[in-house]
Amino acid sequence: MALTGLDIFKLLPKSNCKKCGMPTCLAFAMQLAQKRAELSSCPCVSEEAKQALEAAAAPPVRLIKFGAGAGQVQIGQETVLFRHEEKFHNPSVLAATVSDGLSDDELAKRIAAVNALQFERVGAKIGATAVAVTNESGSAEKFAAVAAKVADNVKLAMVLCSDSPEAVSAALAKTAQFVPLIASANETNADQMAALAKANKCPLVAKASTLDALADLTEKIKAIGVEDIVINLDCQTLREQLYGLTRIRVLALKKAFRSLGYPTMSVVATGTADKQVAAATSLVCKFAGIVVIETVEPSAFLPLLTTIMNIYSDPQKPVQVEPKLYSIGDTNANSPVLFTTNFSLTYYTVESDVEASRVPAHILVVDTEGTSVLTAYSGDKLNEKAVADAIKKFNVEDIVSHRKLILPGYVAVMSGKLEEATGWEVMVGPRESSMIPKYLQEVWSNGGN
Amino acid sequence: MPVPEIAQSFVGSVNRVTLGALPENGGTRTSTITIGGAKNVVYAGSFSDAGEKPVVAMDVLDTAPLDWPDELAKVYKDLWESPEQWAAKCVEEYGADMICLKFDGIHPDKGDKSPADAVKTTQDVLKTVGVPLVLWGCGNNDKDNKVMPEVSQAAKGENCLIGTVEEDNYKSLTAIALADNHHLITGAPLDINIAKQINILVSDMGFPTEKIVTFQSTGALGYGIEYAYSIGERQRLATLSGDKMMSMPVICDVGYESWRVKEAKLNDIPSWGDPADRGPMWEATTAICLLQAGADIIRMRHPRAVAMVKNYIDQIWQ
Repeated sequence: MALTGLDIFKLLPKSNCKKCGMPTCLAFAMQLAQKRAELSSCPCVSEEAKQALEAAAAPPVRLIKFGAGAGQVQIGQETVLFRHEEKFHNPSVLAATVSDGLSDDELAKRIAAVNALQFERVGAKIGATAVAVTNESGSAEKFAAVAAKVADNVKLAMVLCSDSPEAVSAALAKTAQFVPLIASANETNADQMAALAKANKCPLVAKASTLDALADLTEKIKAIGVEDIVINLDCQTLREQLYGLTRIRVLALKKAFRSLGYPTMSVVATGTADKQVAAATSLVCKFAGIVVIETVEPSAFLPLLTTIMNIYSDPQKPVQVEPKLYSIGDTNANSPVLFTTNFSLTYYTVESDVEASRVPAHILVVDTEGTSVLTAYSGDKLNEKAVADAIKKFNVEDIVSHRKLILPGYVAVMSGKLEEATGWEVMVGPRESSMIPKYLQEVWSNGGN
Repeated sequence: MPVPEIAQSFVGSVNRVTLGALPENGGTRTSTITIGGAKNVVYAGSFSDAGEKPVVAMDVLDTAPLDWPDELAKVYKDLWESPEQWAAKCVEEYGADMICLKFDGIHPDKGDKSPADAVKTTQDVLKTVGVPLVLWGCGNNDKDNKVMPEVSQAAKGENCLIGTVEEDNYKSLTAIALADNHHLITGAPLDINIAKQINILVSDMGFPTEKIVTFQSTGALGYGIEYAYSIGERQRLATLSGDKMMSMPVICDVGYESWRVKEAKLNDIPSWGDPADRGPMWEATTAICLLQAGADIIRMRHPRAVAMVKNYIDQIWQ
């Protein structure tokens, strides 16, 4: 938890020696609290004070990285309970399982299925970000062989899921260079697992069924010398899991409870795909750093990945689409042109209604810095000049042969100026996007064109 | 190591609202629904802090929908001419806790049905199913003002949830809901300030705040859900801080929003998975996301999505 200037002042020498460049220790403390000064500027600070201040400055939820190269992922370092307070920083990692109990054929198919879990949505690439190798065979050799094969064929961060130190040790011998996450240490194998994590410089999952036991376990692992820990509250029901994850986040943020100040991992690898998706959706929203899931259906991954994308988006920044001319359907030089703003919500509503009309059409997206039609108009970000510039910039006059522009009904008042600025005939479209299908089908198709 | 206790300092809770009237209370419903009652943020504190179970209200339209994707349409298309049989199927086969009778067909552009048509549909559905009803207008103010008061009267005494009233059109429906003893849905366009304003306007007309359910507008997953999500969380925090004008239960319209997105509608994109799975998945994940932000009633459409969501709810609220 952040210290106030006065808290910091109490830890300083209070000699007002001015060596830090500030007139008094209090002034220096205030600068420190606002992160405008570095503690190293004070030559007289005690070792004890240094430790206390460093501990207070450490993030309440530790940042953990695993995986190597382009496949590396990071989780943790979260600062808020609600996304609107600031934002959620490091998106949940979605890990698809690969069992070491599969035959060679099945394994090849499974690996191909995992590798296919990559999508593009609103111009961003989203996909499975990790692969979790599970030790269902119970054999250390098989586990190691499958982990090695997965490491060679899947370019994602890897989680090694086994409670057997022998199996993990064998797998690490072949995959340590990929920095896998070891899952997991429990009350009985913690010493050996922590030793493996330490020797191979890999992060380690601590697994226990209650928060008290988890806190004990992380302290034990830390004492052995492993600081990069992920915690897995392995309880019986989804309900306990969700309440537990919420409590972990609150304890880390509001109580600065270091023993649980780590990102979390949850496993939903049983039940139907429907049940797994339902559980995983809620876990992603409620602070899970990693969700391990068994289904590899694209229809399950796409909504889960979209959930992660949406929940982890920055609430301070309106989501924008790229300003350009979008073609919906099989357009040609006679297709209608509608314009709207680049606020993603506005655009997608219009896009979906244009699609619904089944009339192929061009949507000209004007850059309004991510604001909606009315907001952009009142803020003078949507005016005749912005629209005329967009027509020019995106070569609309080369793409369509007509000169008819459909404007959002709410800004009908700008029609006159817009006609002057563009030389186009302006047609006043509906106020509500939901009326676009009717407008395109009736007004455009019958008279406008 | 015992972990520290987390102290609570919340003063407010979500209003507990009961919908539907049994014969002893002057209605003909065979069951009622109680929602609300949460006195913490979602999943914080003890299990009992979560209040009543959220419920699913399944959509039944008063007219054959023109724009439903095939995967959804095929479930209901034999029942389109008979909203009451459609409703019966939702209750008996799919476990709908409530039926949301959505009067799309009265819209001037979607059939322009008369008040008498709407009244008949309401009566037929009331006769056929015993669950509480949501009665939801078409969104065209003039037509809603003509039709919904008659719908309200036709369901008088049944303690329905009727709406929506908006900042620029609330007077006539609020007055008639008050007279007919219904609960009321206040609507706002993803704007928490307008949401509060409409609650104030309605309560200024003498409508009791404890009989209001709020509708903040819904964004589908991938299409603005994060706005609805954060408004939900902010509303819950306002409730807990004791703001009586924000302490109402919340209704979301997931069915309509999630079935108009590309991921649910488009057929020919194999890399997205089987279209038969995509739509229900999209609807269910949208609903489950919104449950994390504190939704109380969820309007839904596809039986598989409803089953996913009800199964989820049963795991968390016992």
